Amino acid sequence: MKAYLTRRYRFSAAHRLHSDQMSAAENAVVYGKCNNPHGHGHNYMLEVTVSGSVDGASGMVCNLADLDGFVEQEILERFDHQNLNTLPEFQRAVPTTENLCIAAYQILERGFRHAHLEKVRFEETMMNSFEYAGGAEPRR
Amino acid sequence: MVYLTRKAEFSAAHYYHNPAFSAEENRRLFGKCNNSHGHGHNYTLEVTVKGSVDPRSGFVVDLQQLKGVLQREVLDAMDHHFLNKEVPEFFNRVPTTENIAITIWQRLAPKLTQAQLHRVRVYETPDLFVDFYGEP
Repeated sequence: MKAYLTRRYRFSAAHRLHSDQMSAAENAVVYGKCNNPHGHGHNYMLEVTVSGSVDGASGMVCNLADLDGFVEQEILERFDHQNLNTLPEFQRAVPTTENLCIAAYQILERGFRHAHLEKVRFEETMMNSFEYAGGAEPRR
Repeated sequence: MVYLTRKAEFSAAHYYHNPAFSAEENRRLFGKCNNSHGHGHNYTLEVTVKGSVDPRSGFVVDLQQLKGVLQREVLDAMDHHFLNKEVPEFFNRVPTTENIAITIWQRLAPKLTQAQLHRVRVYETPDLFVDFYGEP
């Protein structure tokens, strides 16, 4: 039987929203406070949902230790306590939470083999959240 | 179609063990969760039902009826119990969060007559939950 497993992780990072494709004035209007050249930071909450049939012997979609290990090594190590603007993922893309969602999804999609990746969800603050499920509509 | 979600909480003990595996394999696969004396969690259950709104009552489902079914089928059986030892489904099924969600679905689905079961979500901790939609 198919089930969906969701795990939450947390990390903290700095960023600045600024697009090279806009003038200084336009950046200031579009990004407001988030355009401050010195940057600012957030406590991000990352939610990863994977799916698969529940293994008859283990009772699991996938071993949580495998998911935790992968996310720890490939995502948290990369983003926690970093300035996102300095990372390769954000040399061309603005480090909005939309783009952070896509970056985390792509890391999982490329490397995580123990279950099917359903979606990634981010909370940047308690007031806003973002979801990405590749090309698909997230399951409700 | 309107979706209604009801929450409930229960606390229970469990451990992970498959008698088909050696003691060593069980320890390797299940880690700390293999301790045969058990450990426990505060589970949060979210049951979502769907249906059209009854024009007379304005309800998708009579919440009193839904609460009653949850109480009898889930909370009376699982709250403050040892899942492996006291809930028949787990006598030969490892009580992982996945299997708890499936078991709750299987207990609720035949008892819900007014609305259709859409999703069972079980939180083992605030940072770990499983969704089951009755998919084969």
